[in-house]
Amino acid sequence: MNKTINQKAWFFVLPVIALVAFNAIIPLMTVVNYSVQETFGDNTFFWAGVIWFEDILHSERFHDSLMRQLTFTFTILLIEIPLGVIIALAMPRKGFWVPVCLILMSLPLLIPWNVVGAMWNIFALPDIGMLGRMINSLGIDYNFTRQIGDAWFTLILMDVWHWTSLVVLLAYAGLVSIPDAYYQAAKIDGAGSWAIFRFIQLPKMKRVLTIAVLLRFMDSFNIYTEPFVLTGGGPGNSTTLLSIDLVKIALGQFDLGPAAAMSLIYFLVILLLSWVFYTLMMRDEEQ
Amino acid sequence: MKRSSWLIPTIYILFLLLPIYWLVSMSFKSTNEILGSFTLWPQDFTLANYEKIFTDPTWYMGYVNSLIYVSINTVLSVAVALPAAYAFSRYRFMGDKHLFFWLLTNRMAPAAVFALPFFQLYSAVGLFDTHLAVALAHTLFNVPLAVWILEGFMSGVPKQLDETAYVDGYSFPRFFVRIFLPTIAAGIGVACFFCFMFSWVELLLGKTLTAVAAKPIAATMTRTASSSGYELGLLAAAGSLTIIPGAFVIYFVRNYIARGFALGRV
Repeated sequence: MNKTINQKAWFFVLPVIALVAFNAIIPLMTVVNYSVQETFGDNTFFWAGVIWFEDILHSERFHDSLMRQLTFTFTILLIEIPLGVIIALAMPRKGFWVPVCLILMSLPLLIPWNVVGAMWNIFALPDIGMLGRMINSLGIDYNFTRQIGDAWFTLILMDVWHWTSLVVLLAYAGLVSIPDAYYQAAKIDGAGSWAIFRFIQLPKMKRVLTIAVLLRFMDSFNIYTEPFVLTGGGPGNSTTLLSIDLVKIALGQFDLGPAAAMSLIYFLVILLLSWVFYTLMMRDEEQ
Repeated sequence: MKRSSWLIPTIYILFLLLPIYWLVSMSFKSTNEILGSFTLWPQDFTLANYEKIFTDPTWYMGYVNSLIYVSINTVLSVAVALPAAYAFSRYRFMGDKHLFFWLLTNRMAPAAVFALPFFQLYSAVGLFDTHLAVALAHTLFNVPLAVWILEGFMSGVPKQLDETAYVDGYSFPRFFVRIFLPTIAAGIGVACFFCFMFSWVELLLGKTLTAVAAKPIAATMTRTASSSGYELGLLAAAGSLTIIPGAFVIYFVRNYIARGFALGRV
């Protein structure tokens, strides 16, 4: 759509700017303020320059959390996006079952995050949980509170359970927007189901899928509550993702300087990666 | 592929329902039964857990508090997002693209980063432990999302609609409320759904910004879990009850979700 140039449109945006600025800029300034100061706990602060940033960037602990975070995010993206597309393709397009499927699939999205964590905790407990019991009865020694591999398996399974539906909903919305005429044309051309997927469905879903990737990327990078309730970051530090580590430093040890510096670096990493996704998406749209 | 394709969604839905079933079935068990033996369904069925929640104000007020701030947040987010989305979808103005991206960056902000500064900010302005504080804090990620969704829907409405209305002598406010809003009702429904969803499920900020008077149900659950041992039955019952409002909301927007996404950009 060609838009008219109108600077007065700023007035429409003002309420949003005021609200978000209050919520984003003031707290962000607080964080910046802490990140360059040192305190000895008596509420007096000294200028500290960039030492916290240097500390964080050189700290093994931060590198480990970041690596775990990246592993987690890319693993769940690799599972959830293809799985979501496959499920959306297999869903009925019309009839009685459509709303039933949609409602049931949306259920995990609307459960508070700590309930999701608690639910999976009691579901996967090796002695009294259904999943833990099932796996152990297959002869596999499974205990997510003790073994690192099991903890990761449970964490990723939980996230797949929790968020694949969002991908399904978005992909499905892309699919139902394809007019029937496209399929009829493909039929006349004698296209197989792979060709239909590759040349009709996938291009039509591209936009919603980029949104799905972007949303899943941002949210999984910020994930805190579910892993915290499920594993508490353990066993050891093996599932301590970035957010969990940050809250430990900020609210647990009350090391405000390092925590603030870490927040800013953390935020910048997300910002940078999201910006890459965003520009790729917008470039496609303009073509 | 065509004939057996119902199998994939069915297996997926079963996978989704299994943990939920476990939670709900656990909520009807006594703590002794949960810890003492492994049973697939409640052997001695009890409503004691639910009874406790509905008679103890620290429990049921948690639901009331959550519902209050979620509603305030949804109304507020969508209300301020509507004009902004209109501006983004209809006009080009100085810095519009940068502004749009800046809004989106707030959707990316980790709640963990903002928890402590929010606590200080809302304490300073005297809003700590009020519903409004949580509702305002949640606009941080809900307003950008609402703008994004609504902008997509509004871009789907041809501009001729606006022009025809002006020719017919409608003033802008009247056009916006009487003609434009009903046209994008589906979009508003989807935006409300997402605002409700993300505000309802968030815990970290809700917990940080409240103490007693506005404590959300999610925070009540974590506190009770640690203070009174680990009362799994009670926890399961409280968890099962948190699914209900969400299920209601989905039921009302079920027809919009698929069609809505398709019409709009999201």
